[in-house]
Amino acid sequence: MARVVSVFLPTLPTDRVRRQAGDAAPSPDTPLVLVGREGRRRVVVTAADAAAVAAGLRVGMPATKAQALVKGLVIQDADPAADAEALDRLALWMLQRVAPIVAADPPDGIVIDSTGADHLHGGEAALLATLVEKLLSVGLNARAAIADVWGAAHALARFRAQPTDVSAPGEAVADVAPLPIAALRLPPDLVSSLRVLGFDRIGDVLAEPRAPFVLRFGPELGRRLDQIAGRLAEPIEPIRPAALIEVRRAFGEPIGAAETIRRHIGKLVAALCDALERKGLGARRLGLICHRVDSRAQAVRVGTGLPLRDARRITRLLSDKVETIDPGFGIEIMTLAAIVTEPLAPKHTASSLVEDLEPDVSGLVDLLANRVGERNLYRMAPVASDVPERSVRRIAPLAIETGEEWRGDWPRPARLFARPEPIDTVALLPDHPPAFFTWRGVRRKVRRADGPERVFGEWWKRDPELIAVRDYFRIEDDAGERYWIFRAGDGEDPLTGSGRWFLHGIFG
Amino acid sequence: MRPPANPIAIAQLRERIERLEGRPARGRPVLPFGVRPMDARLPGGGLPRAALHEVAGGGAGAIDGAAAALFAAGVAARTRGKVLWCVTRADLFAPALSQAGLKADRVIYLEGGDDKTVLACFEEGLRHGGLGAAVAEIARLTMTASRRLQLAAEGSGTLGIALRRWRRQTDATDFGQPTAAATRWRVSVLPSTPLPVPGVGRARCGSSS
Repeated sequence: MARVVSVFLPTLPTDRVRRQAGDAAPSPDTPLVLVGREGRRRVVVTAADAAAVAAGLRVGMPATKAQALVKGLVIQDADPAADAEALDRLALWMLQRVAPIVAADPPDGIVIDSTGADHLHGGEAALLATLVEKLLSVGLNARAAIADVWGAAHALARFRAQPTDVSAPGEAVADVAPLPIAALRLPPDLVSSLRVLGFDRIGDVLAEPRAPFVLRFGPELGRRLDQIAGRLAEPIEPIRPAALIEVRRAFGEPIGAAETIRRHIGKLVAALCDALERKGLGARRLGLICHRVDSRAQAVRVGTGLPLRDARRITRLLSDKVETIDPGFGIEIMTLAAIVTEPLAPKHTASSLVEDLEPDVSGLVDLLANRVGERNLYRMAPVASDVPERSVRRIAPLAIETGEEWRGDWPRPARLFARPEPIDTVALLPDHPPAFFTWRGVRRKVRRADGPERVFGEWWKRDPELIAVRDYFRIEDDAGERYWIFRAGDGEDPLTGSGRWFLHGIFG
Repeated sequence: MRPPANPIAIAQLRERIERLEGRPARGRPVLPFGVRPMDARLPGGGLPRAALHEVAGGGAGAIDGAAAALFAAGVAARTRGKVLWCVTRADLFAPALSQAGLKADRVIYLEGGDDKTVLACFEEGLRHGGLGAAVAEIARLTMTASRRLQLAAEGSGTLGIALRRWRRQTDATDFGQPTAAATRWRVSVLPSTPLPVPGVGRARCGSSS
């Protein structure tokens, strides 16, 4: 089943103007509108930002009226060509980061075929959340939705997303039914005629027989409904920047067998590597698109940790994903593009005869990262912090080796719980370890203990930690199991912590 | 008590098994522990490098696998190259591995969603050949899966450690089932023995109560 993401940028023109103006931009609460000519003479508002909409301004209103209504209104000239260009640039950015099939959806959206790419971003909800957050961080107001088909994702992004929305597979029609008719991407006069007839929601139209609608309004309405139900394909024409290194193979007879697909991947990769070598580049992200005879496209996306131009390794990465390609009735065109490239110069591998090189594992890292997702493959690096859960951070598996280690000789447990588990204890305050504790319903006697190791809160991070304290103890029970427990607070001053006990880790 | 084994009979048996396996065991590289009582009991005087080893904790260690993880880290630390550590639950605390000798720069962690993914990635790591060791925390290890892993380790010369860790104590009976692992270890914690002196610091009640 395909999955399509639709990104809606409701205030793209005004956001673009603000972004280009930089420091000179009007403050976010100053209403800003863009005006352009409609027809021959009238100057109308073509875009209004959130503040302007809140002040009662609407798109399509004469500019003079807007000026009369709102005091201190900032008016600038609209530039549809620049908007379209900005949209293309955004689409390109998403092509490099999200999935291999991305297209601008003018005038105010971008559509992405994310089939098989969501797990690389930690799931669909996480994918949408990061996308919206990234756009917001560059000053673009965005909403996004994911659904089985373009039509449904488009409608949900515009009418339901707050600011993201995930429609479960197979639920596209049910999710879209309660939305207004305007969500169907129909010409405005058709929408108003339908509303005159009393059809407010998409569900109302779906419930009626189709033939009278076609007689009265033509085939457009039926086409849009079929697209939402997935009965009519709506291919996404992916954008391709001019400098993209891309190779393609068209087949006289559609191919379908996994073996055949693998063989052709091998040929495509060889051609791509030649092209990369001529330019002295290595690929960081690759997109393989298989166009099927039923005009649907299947995409595979792989990423690499280091720039790569080794045909054998690229083939291996792509072949690993062949089982995710559904050839349907056959594939007629395959294209392979190096979406993100970096310079890759030939390198001296062995610099001396005696030096013993550490074997290269970047190939394995790429293979595994494409299988489990980039964020599930990591190294741990030390952070200078006494709070145990903050003393480690995840870094990329191929990050530069710093040789840094955790300082201090205090024993640390082999297992550390992400969330300390509360335990019931019998303990003497303030500085004694518990005599008994109950964890997961089992009461254990404390045989030996060592501590306290006092950890102070990091006041430079959060205000409540200014006087927070944890007292850590290493304790051993009858069976010899060793645990790492702590008391929130110093046991005397209730301001330093609640005085409750928690089990945080297990020693080996 | 078992009667002492006849060394000649054992040597003959080993020779026969070698012939059946079709490859000499003599020249196989091993990783000695450096602890005589342990090395003396292992054929070849250490852990065979190109093989799969199974490690599990005893008692509550079957669930948390803390001691077993440190044992695995200690073994992996004595290999050369990177170490791949596949887990399903991300509760491993890296400073402890560092204290066991496995430096932070050497370990690449992989978080798989389930046992199947972890096993597949583990096998991939063993097959690659560039790693010093690969460790995987798994609950179920079937004969078929372990044989695949063992063959992958043999082919590439990478040391593989299957760290068995179960969700429930009752599942830990699984550890007796036959697998293709070359050695099988059970690492348990023991109650500590008190020092003969009260210590050099201020007297604490913890050790005397």
